[in-house]
Amino acid sequence: MAQAQTSERQATAAPAIELRGISKAFGPVQANKDISIRVMPGTIHGIIGENGAGKSTLMSILYGFYKADAGEILIGGTPVQIPDSQAAIRAGIGMVFQHFKLVQTFTVLENVVLGAEDGALLRPSLAKARASLQQLARDYELEVDPDAVVEELSVGHQQRVEILKALYRQADILILDEPTGVLTPAEADHLFRILRGLRAQGKTVILITHKLREIMEITDTVSVMRRGEMTATVTTAETSPEQLAELMVGRKVLLHVPKGPANPGAVVLSVEDLRMVDEDGVERLKGISLQIRAGEILGIAGVAGNGQSELLKILGGFGHGTGRITMNGVPVDLTGRSSDGQTSRAQGIAHVPEDRQHLGLIMDFTAWENVAFGYHHAPEYQKNALFMDNAALMAETQAKMERFDVRPPIPTLAAKNFSGGNQQKIVLAREIERNPDLLLVGQPTRGVDIGAIEFIHKQIVALRDAGKAVLLVSVELDEILSLSDRIAVMFDGRIMGERLPSETDERELGLLMAGVA
Amino acid sequence: MDLATILQILDSTVRLGTPLLLACLAGLFSERAGIFDIGLEGKMLMAAFFSGAVAAITGSVLLGLTAGVLSSLLLSAIHGAASITFRGNQLISGVAINFLASGLTVLIGQKWFQLGGRTPPLSGDGRFAPITLPFAETLREVPVIGPIYYELISGHSILVYVAFAAVPLSWWLLYRTRFGLRLRAVGENPAAVDTAGISVVRMRYAAVMICGLLTGLAGAYLATALSAGFVKEMTAGRGYIALAALIFAKWRPVPALGATMLFGLLEAIANRYQNIDLGGVVLPVQFMQALPYILTVVILAGFIGKATPPRAGGEAYVKER
Repeated sequence: MAQAQTSERQATAAPAIELRGISKAFGPVQANKDISIRVMPGTIHGIIGENGAGKSTLMSILYGFYKADAGEILIGGTPVQIPDSQAAIRAGIGMVFQHFKLVQTFTVLENVVLGAEDGALLRPSLAKARASLQQLARDYELEVDPDAVVEELSVGHQQRVEILKALYRQADILILDEPTGVLTPAEADHLFRILRGLRAQGKTVILITHKLREIMEITDTVSVMRRGEMTATVTTAETSPEQLAELMVGRKVLLHVPKGPANPGAVVLSVEDLRMVDEDGVERLKGISLQIRAGEILGIAGVAGNGQSELLKILGGFGHGTGRITMNGVPVDLTGRSSDGQTSRAQGIAHVPEDRQHLGLIMDFTAWENVAFGYHHAPEYQKNALFMDNAALMAETQAKMERFDVRPPIPTLAAKNFSGGNQQKIVLAREIERNPDLLLVGQPTRGVDIGAIEFIHKQIVALRDAGKAVLLVSVELDEILSLSDRIAVMFDGRIMGERLPSETDERELGLLMAGVA
Repeated sequence: MDLATILQILDSTVRLGTPLLLACLAGLFSERAGIFDIGLEGKMLMAAFFSGAVAAITGSVLLGLTAGVLSSLLLSAIHGAASITFRGNQLISGVAINFLASGLTVLIGQKWFQLGGRTPPLSGDGRFAPITLPFAETLREVPVIGPIYYELISGHSILVYVAFAAVPLSWWLLYRTRFGLRLRAVGENPAAVDTAGISVVRMRYAAVMICGLLTGLAGAYLATALSAGFVKEMTAGRGYIALAALIFAKWRPVPALGATMLFGLLEAIANRYQNIDLGGVVLPVQFMQALPYILTVVILAGFIGKATPPRAGGEAYVKER
């Protein structure tokens, strides 16, 4: 029924938004090359592509942040100029950014009104917005307390405020940039219900994402971008994730890394009743117990902020807590007084931190300097008592970069000049090649391209097959399900339960992640 | 201690607290918009000099006030250009303004008047005269209320009343108008303001210029109302004390009144009592005079609860794409 209506509209109406031959270059880099899309009103259109494919540039042009070098934008069949965001708003375009543009200390109402006030005094504007929000909440399942302060809202609710902001400004075209990256599965489902509601009311939605599953689930049509070009626009019902992945990367991609059954050996890491109270007196870990054996991957699922980071910190040797941890049978110091990253490395623990840009790398330092970090005391890096053997390090980095397919393979390039995926490969090369007994990995593929994800996943599985223990922390359920041999779900500083990937599904894990046991 | 003494101390509190209040509100506007301003001191000093100098030359306090405010606005514009347009470091720009004011006032003062950096003493129309409010004389004999009205409320210069009126006005402007909403937003998250289609640069300049206006009033008050003429380094750290009061007040106008008057009170007590005898222990006058500064250090060290500054404070806004 809905399908029939959609196609009827497509036949009669002009496209809600049409881009013709949009090009944009930054110096020698062609970010967008002759891009053309037509998005029909009342549809959800997906734009998918790797990082750096030009999706964000294209959306910035649409929202008036950049001026295109060439090309035309048509809204409802009429050519428009979009020199700034005010013009985009006037043209009926609303944008929900990946990083919300909300004033954290303001109420929902104040955020909605900001920039769309009626007159110099606030009171009438706020009253009008309050009435309007009630209406929008009823129409689109967008319930948010208008008087709540934004910083006290959950991420899902903050996102609703962003959508409300756009709708309050009479947006007919809503662009969402990676909207589910920060949401729980339940919140993402709710978002999709909202988007379907918007579509039913005739609004046009453009969804930018790198998650194939979302494209398949919710879009009507999808455009694929690669290296600044639009490689294809297809009807979602007529495509498959494999085909889209191939269009994105330009070669066949394995979405699921093949992996044989695990061969668990002796217990490598044993954690008993681990507790941790942070500086504000909040208990972040409330009695964690787990074991990891040699040759297995234990996946820790959970929404960010439920204690996973604290767990990784303590295991990585730079946090403190109470409880008992043994590594290969040897007790680990938990007070944080005599332990640091160095002592945990000495015990055979390698750590690929969640936040690689702050904890994994020094962004201004070169690749070879970053490869030495944490292992700079190693005897093979010393020339004599005073000096390090930089030449040896450089050569080793070069070799590592080649083995880990880091692009470009230039050891003297600063870490910040590599893409997210290549930065992660540098960290992995450093940690894995030290042959640890236990690898801690946090969010291994956050901000990493789909092609690099495949490579990183293969490395992790290879390490397991070499008889090492792996603790994988990820908010991506797909990743947890495809890599783990056992899955533990964390919620509010506790382990809600352990499951085998073959005996569970996203639904059950999603419930555990939301604290529903 | 009788009522008359208390009233005298409170009266003195008001007079000494006024420049702090004006400077504190000035800092409030600037910092709420995300521009830290350590240069309040320098702007006050510059305004004090030019108001004193021009009033001395022309004999008109209003021309003096205008000159003072203009000089302060000019320094604000420099701070704005450095920290908004050129995205420089706001602390360094502020410190530079303080040095600039400290040096220039003495240099120009010596060149113009040859009095070692002072300006000639002001009198008559060269100063702001106290204003006697209506009925002050008639009500003077009424017990309690009469003296309070006569001593404390009546008999200040116009700038004192302006400063006190600026408190509710600032509150209204910040919390009840579109301008205020945008100004507060730009100090918390300029990206939100930018994507809403409002110019971050324009909002921040507006805030910085309001800051310049208020520091101008504060400086002019020092030279033409509180004292009779400019003296080298006459601000004596009041700009920094105003910043401490701003933190104490957690960047809100009404608490700013309380915080600055507390500093004013300490100064008033120190001025009135030389040595305070606390039954055996004698507090020396130097200690009393140091009290406002000690309190400043205590506040800046963070002993007064948790004060969260505006989140985007101190950082130039660069559009992210």
